[in-house]
Amino acid sequence: MSEKFTRFFASRQGIVLAGAVIGVLAPLLQKAGNPKNMGICVACFERDIAGALGLHRAAVVQYIRPEIIAFVLGATIAALLFREFKPRAGSAPIVRFILGMFAMIGALAFLGCPWRALLRLAGGDLNAILGLAGFVAGVTIGVQFLKAGYNLGRSNKTYTTIGWIMPIIMIGLLLLRIFAPKFSEGGAIFFSEQGPGSLHAPLLISLGAGLVIGFLAQRTRFCTMGSIRDVVLMGDTHLISGVGALLVVAFLTNLILGQVHFGFFGQPVAHSSHLWNFLGMVLAGLAFALAGGCPGRQLFLSGEGDGDASVFVLGMITGAAFAHNFALAGTPDSVANGTVGGISPYGMAAVILGLVVCLIIGLTMRGK
Amino acid sequence: MTKKVDARGFSCPQPVIMTRRAIEEGQFPIEVLVETVTSRENVRRASEKLGCQVEVEEMGDEFKLTITK
Repeated sequence: MSEKFTRFFASRQGIVLAGAVIGVLAPLLQKAGNPKNMGICVACFERDIAGALGLHRAAVVQYIRPEIIAFVLGATIAALLFREFKPRAGSAPIVRFILGMFAMIGALAFLGCPWRALLRLAGGDLNAILGLAGFVAGVTIGVQFLKAGYNLGRSNKTYTTIGWIMPIIMIGLLLLRIFAPKFSEGGAIFFSEQGPGSLHAPLLISLGAGLVIGFLAQRTRFCTMGSIRDVVLMGDTHLISGVGALLVVAFLTNLILGQVHFGFFGQPVAHSSHLWNFLGMVLAGLAFALAGGCPGRQLFLSGEGDGDASVFVLGMITGAAFAHNFALAGTPDSVANGTVGGISPYGMAAVILGLVVCLIIGLTMRGK
Repeated sequence: MTKKVDARGFSCPQPVIMTRRAIEEGQFPIEVLVETVTSRENVRRASEKLGCQVEVEEMGDEFKLTITK
């Protein structure tokens, strides 16, 4: 029975179903209160978590996003039910941490991970075309390294304890979200009172949607990076059919909900600085390709016991803290002032530094 | 002579890349060892796409895929 389900989820219908479910749930999460064109954004939501913990102090992006928690725990439940929970670790963790940091810095230059890039496009934000083009370019560069023998080395089976660390951290975050303790006056936990961080769906809706997506994505191995990589590397359209389903279904759902507004300037939580939308996502795409998974996939892997993916996630959260502490993240267009947003010179330098670091990692880490 | 590919511990896409390389060398059968169901399904799908037959044997918490053409 379990094997029959596994074969279904591994089939094209399975991956299309997963993409379609995400495509429905994300716009609904927006309708239920999440920020515009941000029903789900793994990068933004991890950034909000970093803010809630006080790892950065950008007051408008601080909230413990239950979707992230539920992505990990949904994957854990699926992995346990189907006996795929396999604690493993030890494949270049420090490199994964660095890749996670720079992936986040790139994603925040664009203001979104690949998931949000798709959702932005599905909401009519044409800047997402630049972001997605950069993402495809970044993954394509990563594929050239893969073809030349790049890999991060083997992981090893390890203690059960290690596999449980990320799910347990998520349970801890859930408790912090529910009880929202103030550890000191004027200190963490921070929840934004205005801006994107203050916009969120009710807790149980966020958790429920996240658990469904975490479960389905663990079963189907849904991955936005993998979708591009597999096409470029070997003409395999399996994963991209799921990503395509997400985009189409999210667009249709947005149409029904009246959430489509075409344009470049003044899109929600977005800027129309084309070059840096593109380059930010080149960096993110390359870093995800070198690390073997998009930010969503890294969460689902963390949930099924992958200690290396967990390190990548912690790297992303750290990268988000740096991005805001060092003013590297993108600033949205200002409709009130009519000014185009973008990233600071520090942000530009960080994106270029990230690209250089990724190229060095890709060039020098070749297996025998 | 069976060609052996030990892809245990590698995450996707490495097991698939290693298997494809072995298939391209054209010496069958090929025995591929993987650890996760994800790798098992990915290697199976990629091999079948290249016109090969795949038999899977579960060995404890690992899998042995025998690929023939």
